Amino acid sequence: MQDLSFITRWIDNFLSGTLHFPEWLTVTTECVLIGLVLLLLYSVLALFYILFERKVCAYFQCRLGPNRVGPWGILQSVADMFKILIKELISLNHVDKFLFGLAPFLVIIASMLSFSVLPWGNGLQVVDFNIGIFFLLAVSSIGVLGILLAGWSSNNKFTLIGALRSGAQMVSYELSIGLSVLTMVCFAGTMSVSGIVAQQEHTWFIFSGHIPAIIAFLIYIVAGTAETNRGPFDLPEAESELTAGYHTEYSGIHFGFFYLAEYLNLFIIGGVAALLFFGGWMPLHIPGWDGFNACMDYIPSVLWFLMKAIAVTFVMIWFKWTFPRLRIDQLLAFEWKYLLPINLFNLVLMVLVITFGLHF
Amino acid sequence: MITLSISNGVLAVTAALTGAALVALALWIAGLISPRSFNAQKGEAYECGIPTRGESMAQFKVGYYLYAILFLMFDVECVFLFPWAVRMRELGAQGLLCIAVFFVILVLGLVYAWRKGALEWK
Repeated sequence: MQDLSFITRWIDNFLSGTLHFPEWLTVTTECVLIGLVLLLLYSVLALFYILFERKVCAYFQCRLGPNRVGPWGILQSVADMFKILIKELISLNHVDKFLFGLAPFLVIIASMLSFSVLPWGNGLQVVDFNIGIFFLLAVSSIGVLGILLAGWSSNNKFTLIGALRSGAQMVSYELSIGLSVLTMVCFAGTMSVSGIVAQQEHTWFIFSGHIPAIIAFLIYIVAGTAETNRGPFDLPEAESELTAGYHTEYSGIHFGFFYLAEYLNLFIIGGVAALLFFGGWMPLHIPGWDGFNACMDYIPSVLWFLMKAIAVTFVMIWFKWTFPRLRIDQLLAFEWKYLLPINLFNLVLMVLVITFGLHF
Repeated sequence: MITLSISNGVLAVTAALTGAALVALALWIAGLISPRSFNAQKGEAYECGIPTRGESMAQFKVGYYLYAILFLMFDVECVFLFPWAVRMRELGAQGLLCIAVFFVILVLGLVYAWRKGALEWK
């Protein structure tokens, strides 16, 4: 695989060598550049996902979906973004102004932080802590705070119920996500994102970890769907009961932030699934098939990562059109009485597999 | 993996500031180009058309609170499993035995909550 870190090294050399920037100025410029890249990727991905979901949903229902703005409707989400920007930000009478304004910040910052941990390609990763995956779990739970604050500060019955449902659901399913990640950390023996990717150079974890890894993946994808408040788990914004759930009172771009974070969280769940189970940016390698492996190496690493993440999110969009919405008691019972015991059992299974060396 | 001299902490702060900048920037742009109109009815809560009765920041169902407490208990226990998971192969049989005791206590906690009826939605 081509090492793409030459891009960052070239910029670094250009700033400190060619332009003779002092140390602090180099670091500041590089941080600004990284911020701009993150911002661009974040917005482009969000726009892509809004269109992707609408198109996929349309085809599931034998419709065409957006097809008027640009060829195949590819400019539809750009038009939507401009439309949402020119909508009025209504100031409400009874809201807690400070918390009401703070909630979108928390939601976006949480998803941006988790976004920055993802391994984009060979040498393309922004934050690479040695506890990377743990950091990801920690920051992604800040998002729950934003949603709870949004519902509480709006001073509306619908938003309060929506936020409480969302809070109960997200903290419950976070447990399942944490435990299935723990299972894979056991297998990898490291929490560093680049370390986990490097270990999957020859075989992806879902193949080398076979049964426990597959169970962990299934639990992860179900819990991930619940975590993003989507598909059969979209009770927080059950439109037939709660208008729009926790963001009922938000208008214009304020609402847009929640929408943006929701789609980005979808991508992050897909990206983390790709990282933990499908080798991050590593190409598909089958031991022994040297010619095949060499061909796979020609596909750029960024493309591999994007393809895996989008494939996982496609399955999550598929869920939405396959399963009916659950009730809140069914939802919580599903997590605490089924997923959690299976997860604990799966952890024991993984430990046995590792101890007796039954993995590939 | 970026081979720069910037520490990961600085990069994480950069990412957080980027998120804040995105919200602030979009709000600023929206403030510049979005229309303003004033109407007393607009400030009302979006509920069902007639004026809202009572305070909405009120007491809520205790069931949600119960699940939050359960989550807190299990999540803290999971946090203790992570350091062991990283060093699992090195710690060997002794580490396995120690964590097994801890794990059994964790499972007992779940069984207790289940038997006590804390997992029922009432």
